[in-house]
Amino acid sequence: MNTLLEIRNLHAGVDDGAAVRPILRGLDLTVRAGEVHAVMGPNGSGKSTLAYVLAGRDRYTVTSGEILYDGHSLLDIAPEERARAGVFLAFQYPVEIPGVSNIYLLKAAVNAARKHRGEEELDAMDFLALVRDKLTTMGMDEALLYRPVNQGFSGGEKKRNEILQMALLEPRLAILDETDSGLDIDALRTVADGIQAMRRSDRGIVLITHYQRLLDYVIPDHIHVLAQGRIALSGGPELARELERRGYAWVENGAPAEKSLPSGAAPAGRTATSTPSGE
Amino acid sequence: MGSPTFNLDEFIGQKYRQGFFTPLESDTVPHGLDENVIRLISEKKGEPAFMLDWRLQAYRHWLTMTEPKWSSVKYPPIDYQAISYYSAPKSKKVGPRSLDEVDPELLRTYEKLGVPLAEREMLAGVAVDAVFDSVSVATTFKAKLAELGIIFSSFSDAVKEYPELVQKYLGSVVPYTDNYFACLNSAVFSDGSFCYIPPGVRCPMELSTYFRINARNTGQFERTLIIADKGAYVSYLEGCTAPMRDENQLHAAVVELIALEDAQIKYSTVQNWYPGDKNGKGGIYNFVTKRGECRGDNARISWTQVETGSAITWKYPSVVLRGDNSIGEFYSVALTNNHQQADTGTKMIHLGKNTRSTILSKGISAGHGHNAYRGLVKVAKSAVNARNYTQCDSLLLGDQCAAHTFPYIEVKNPGAQIEHEATTSRIGEDQLFYCQSRGLSAEDAVAMIVNGFCKEVFKELPMEFAVEAQKLLGISLEGSVG
Amino acid sequence: MRLLGESHKYHLDEYAQHKSQLPGRRLQWLTALREDAIKRFVALGFPTPRDEGWKYTNVAPIEKKRFTLPTIRAASAFDASIVAGLALPGTSMLVFVDGRHVPELSSLRPLPVGAAVSSVAAMLETQPEEVEAAMTRATPRASTFTALNTAWMSDGLFVALEAGVELVEPIHVLYLATTPDTATHTRNIIVAGPNSRAAIIEQHAALTDAAYFTNVVTDITIKRGARIEHHKVQDEGRAAFHIAAVTADVARDGHFVSGSHAFGGVLARVGINVALNGEGAQCTLDGLYMPNSRQHIDHHTRIDHNQPRGTSRELYKGVMAGAGHGVFNGKIVVQPNAQRSDAEQTNRNLLLSDNAEVDTRPQLEIWADDVKCSHGATVGQLDVDQIFYLRSRGVDDASARALLTYGFAAEMAERVSFAALRDRIDALIRARLPQPLEKLA
Repeated sequence: MNTLLEIRNLHAGVDDGAAVRPILRGLDLTVRAGEVHAVMGPNGSGKSTLAYVLAGRDRYTVTSGEILYDGHSLLDIAPEERARAGVFLAFQYPVEIPGVSNIYLLKAAVNAARKHRGEEELDAMDFLALVRDKLTTMGMDEALLYRPVNQGFSGGEKKRNEILQMALLEPRLAILDETDSGLDIDALRTVADGIQAMRRSDRGIVLITHYQRLLDYVIPDHIHVLAQGRIALSGGPELARELERRGYAWVENGAPAEKSLPSGAAPAGRTATSTPSGE
Repeated sequence: MGSPTFNLDEFIGQKYRQGFFTPLESDTVPHGLDENVIRLISEKKGEPAFMLDWRLQAYRHWLTMTEPKWSSVKYPPIDYQAISYYSAPKSKKVGPRSLDEVDPELLRTYEKLGVPLAEREMLAGVAVDAVFDSVSVATTFKAKLAELGIIFSSFSDAVKEYPELVQKYLGSVVPYTDNYFACLNSAVFSDGSFCYIPPGVRCPMELSTYFRINARNTGQFERTLIIADKGAYVSYLEGCTAPMRDENQLHAAVVELIALEDAQIKYSTVQNWYPGDKNGKGGIYNFVTKRGECRGDNARISWTQVETGSAITWKYPSVVLRGDNSIGEFYSVALTNNHQQADTGTKMIHLGKNTRSTILSKGISAGHGHNAYRGLVKVAKSAVNARNYTQCDSLLLGDQCAAHTFPYIEVKNPGAQIEHEATTSRIGEDQLFYCQSRGLSAEDAVAMIVNGFCKEVFKELPMEFAVEAQKLLGISLEGSVG
Repeated sequence: MRLLGESHKYHLDEYAQHKSQLPGRRLQWLTALREDAIKRFVALGFPTPRDEGWKYTNVAPIEKKRFTLPTIRAASAFDASIVAGLALPGTSMLVFVDGRHVPELSSLRPLPVGAAVSSVAAMLETQPEEVEAAMTRATPRASTFTALNTAWMSDGLFVALEAGVELVEPIHVLYLATTPDTATHTRNIIVAGPNSRAAIIEQHAALTDAAYFTNVVTDITIKRGARIEHHKVQDEGRAAFHIAAVTADVARDGHFVSGSHAFGGVLARVGINVALNGEGAQCTLDGLYMPNSRQHIDHHTRIDHNQPRGTSRELYKGVMAGAGHGVFNGKIVVQPNAQRSDAEQTNRNLLLSDNAEVDTRPQLEIWADDVKCSHGATVGQLDVDQIFYLRSRGVDDASARALLTYGFAAEMAERVSFAALRDRIDALIRARLPQPLEKLA
């Protein structure tokens, strides 16, 4: 299997205009085509920062380290070019865009990617046929296509809309930032089915999540636990259950880690179960 | 609000509590205004030549100006020749050097007003400059403040003792050409407070000025100048009252604030000039120019005002945001009852980069009161990344009152983010009913709701002032439920 | 009293010279009205930025120009295909060229009984009393430009609906300016009888890039329970001066819907005055202005709640690009007896370039206590989160900005119920975006 994403000793943070507040402090991660990786971690561990850095958001600044996508550095690439090259971020909080219809965005996005690949742009009829097909899979109402992007969507509708976009854009690397948050059990299953359907030998998927419940439906090949801005622990799918049982404090306190944290750096016993599920 | 459970008449019962007159022998110049009167004022105060020159320049300019007509307030023409421009309680010396030298009758007056001047009786941590008619009669805690290099004195003393500071800053924020009333003030101002906080000093106590108009047919024209040097901090309070009289009296003050780099000035006012009687007879015309300038980077100026008094209030405490990253704030409660009129608001002039301003205005109209918010948010071309948030709410109590909102927003820089919101509504019958069904009287319910309405502003006031302001609001509202 | 300036003398002389050519010259009342109006114009003079209502809009360029009256041209002088290209399907169309109705270019569809749709000039020939009734009602407090309009009034739309008459199809009035350096003073009169309904679309367009002056006054009377929807599509030539005054008098339970969509001209000022004069009357005021290059577009609206239980809703949006300057001044007045008034006003502005400017003044003047009134105004830029979201979906930065700008403005088009008009406004919005957006089927 070839390497799709390679992150080496990544240091990154948020630039508040005056200085960069460090969040990621030496993160390493390798994702090969065909793999599903879950990145778990408590609040504030740097999960969303990782997602934004991969997607190229302004103000999320890489201070050192490297991100290689398909062997090429992503660092100075504009977000839209990353997207066209096959990097997809499903947002934790999908942005509402009044006045711009959902279908318009979908079509613009699909055609931008096709153009980038040297393929012909889809006309309205072909595009509509394609969307309708995916809509059915996601159990979404066609009316959502004609509403402004994410505006007035329920939490579940927004997340399904993200998966719909992913299905249409067919990315090579998909990063899903807390896609399971705020979903009821039925919506979770639909979303999970949508993700599961995206698994392919030439595609890598990174699931960023706080809870293990999504991982009951989408069983990852690898699980990593993020703490203090770096991967504190990695393992197989069984790690999710272990975390559920013991809480993040188990990792944060450094007990089992092969890559243990510097002593004294870990905060005292905060557990995953201390926060109610769902957001 | 027609619920029969409200007893209007009972609620009207109480009156303006500071409306007494103190019989004192005073030194009052005859009515009228000309250059000789200005020379006389300057002479009485023993001013240096630059001060007299400035006054005369202002006076000559004033003669070329006309009274402004653009505000929403209405009043009969003022006869500027019928006013006496200087009145001071007689004392043996030019200015008392300590409280022991102050006329005991004066000390009793301030005690009666709830402003005890004797330091030992003071609320800890408040230094007071007491201005009685045209002159400062006492300034407390001077020596203690001087240890820190803080100058806190009457304006008259400052002109003599620190002429270079006065000359440097006087008129630098509000030039005498600024407007009709500021110009008149520049010509005839009699006293006021002066305050200078040296670099890096955080003033350890609240400084305050208490203004009292006592004499009849006089105008009060005081001037306050506060300078916070680099990195300095000061919180300043201003209170005002006057006796009840049938005729109107003019109060045309000027306040200038200068905050240099990293400095902060917090200026709070509880204005309770005599508002006139319930038929609109008498009361103070409060035509005041207040402006601060954030002259250095990261400076901050906050105005907080509770305006419950005066027959007419016409004032726009403003901030010129010249320094980069400087902050201007304006928090206001203005209440008009009976026949009071208020046209008040602020101007936030954004000139520097990353400048921010917040405006929070709460207007309450009762009886035949007229209350207008008038505010300007101006973002100059140079003001990159400016931010303003404005919230103006008006509460109406009674069907004869009026509430207006006149914001002006002028933006010449595309990086600006400006948000203005305003609402006008009356106290909800459901709110009142809810409170009453929980056992509150209508009066208490109204007071509670009004206080809630003003809460965001009150929390900006120093604590002892906030309590005072709440009480004042209750008194000023009396008679408004019906 | 001001000194008589040169421009006043010019207007007086011009008036003396041309009054015999104006329509209705044999009607004494009209001549008297015109004479009074020219006197009033002279007394008032042109407003200056020192006048509170004109603080942000300087009309000196109009005052300085020496516009003349356009000469009447034969219909055959026009290429009918231009008119056809501007037509809106499903409407009755009246075409005015340089201020005069051209019946040959117009196409009225069948109208129900009790509906009169005509031109003011024609009415002055046939039923002058109808025009008299409408014109004598409105003038006493006329502004400078309305006074000029009355003095010079050449023609305009005339609509009168009897009680209960409903026009299903909108009336589309196209005002074409063709001649440089001319001034047209158009007066539209709309009288909607009790419980009648109609939609009227005023479109201003030009066949010239040179300077000219449109001065249009629209008087709308909405009787009890009637509903008039009035849209103004201002797509004047790039050097045009456009001054418009719309007044609506709304009776009990009447409803006035107004849309002002302003795109053209170098200097444009629209005044909309609505008087809710009956209990339960309502109005909805929408507006969009998109000045760019060196355009200046000013809207002044005033809503008077004069009777109880009135409702007003107002939403104006501005997009300023280039060195464009937008002005919004919206005043809501609730008079003492107008209890239970409910007013909401919103003004949102987007500044897209370094030299763009906006001045906004939302105002509330409340003289009654049992009211619910609010206003809000914002000035800002495109949202960075939205730009990033679009870019993360492969849309480039410039397209993302164009798309978001479109989204901001298109809300105003979407609020238009008549599809053909909605599409027209949508197209005008697209034409003003920094870069073209592909139209979705």
